[in-house]
Amino acid sequence: MLHFELVTPEKLVRSEDVYMVVVPGSEGDFGVLEGHAPVMSTIRDGALSVYRTEKGEPELIAIEGGFAEVNANGLTVLAERAA
Amino acid sequence: MASLKALKIRIGSVKSTQKITKAMKMVAAAKLRRAQEAAVAGRPYAEQLEKVMASLAAKVSVSESSPKLLAGTGKDQVHLLIVATSERGLAGAFNSNIVRAARRKAEELEAAGKTVKFYVAGKKGRVIKRFFPTQIAADHEMSHIKTVAFADARAIADDVIARFEAGEFDIGHLFYAKFQSALVQEPVGRQIIPVAIDTTAAPVADGGAAVEYEPDEETILADLLPRNVAIQIFRALLENAASEQGSRMTAMDNATRNAGDMINRLTIQYNRSRQAAITTELVEIISGAEALK
Repeated sequence: MLHFELVTPEKLVRSEDVYMVVVPGSEGDFGVLEGHAPVMSTIRDGALSVYRTEKGEPELIAIEGGFAEVNANGLTVLAERAA
Repeated sequence: MASLKALKIRIGSVKSTQKITKAMKMVAAAKLRRAQEAAVAGRPYAEQLEKVMASLAAKVSVSESSPKLLAGTGKDQVHLLIVATSERGLAGAFNSNIVRAARRKAEELEAAGKTVKFYVAGKKGRVIKRFFPTQIAADHEMSHIKTVAFADARAIADDVIARFEAGEFDIGHLFYAKFQSALVQEPVGRQIIPVAIDTTAAPVADGGAAVEYEPDEETILADLLPRNVAIQIFRALLENAASEQGSRMTAMDNATRNAGDMINRLTIQYNRSRQAAITTELVEIISGAEALK
């Protein structure tokens, strides 16, 4: 499972293990699964799609002004606003 | 000696003052808890951003072409002091401590021949006008804010950065009160522009693999720099909010205790006067009766 964290300046919005997250990167969307290579990317305003299971429907989280980082510990998304 | 009636009125008025200070103390205690929670909730973001900035800054070399927010303007002539205070008084020395710290820094800079400008955020910082009437660059209106949101910090940061880009100042300092406990709030001033990156922060663990950057290091850094300024201001506002309530709680606790002491003193005085009056009356009656014998 992929460890996924969504953080805004006001609070830690999400911290959970999911199957996959599709991130709206500024140079195109990219999906992050467990074991993804380390990446740092800016994000355009849009929606994160969080897949809890392989077959399940994605949950959409709208974010604004963000930045994503993938490292050995999982995916961390810093956003100014998340809803 | 004051008349009995005057004393009684006095005791009543101190009692109602005590009720007010007691209520203010309790409200401040409740608000303090909430402000502290907000400050703690904001920590993960700031820590993560700091780590990312540190690992990026280690990769990007500062040069002429670097973003101004990182490299500075190349001068240090004009300093902008951003003074963040609260909107309300009755919080002990909270506001005056911040203002004093800013004034001291300003005097120090002026003695070194620098130009100082002020950016006032919060109503209680306006007293600076009295000391430096011509050097107020801006007065940021914050009276409508009940609880600090990131958007409020963002508004200040955008304004300050726009002024920086326009060449209005070279170095920006931020003054606020750091929250240590309900009893101790330390006024601090720190440089926020150009961004001072803490290279001692542990860089992001990349698991040994090369990190891929999208778009590239410089672009990401340029994108993060203004965000870093905003987050620093946001953290200062959160610290300030907690400090303000802590300071008010302590001040009101003292005031409540002082009022209690005063009530005790006045009550003793009241009882003594009453007794003296009774004694005098008795003496008069007895001596009157004696005279009739």
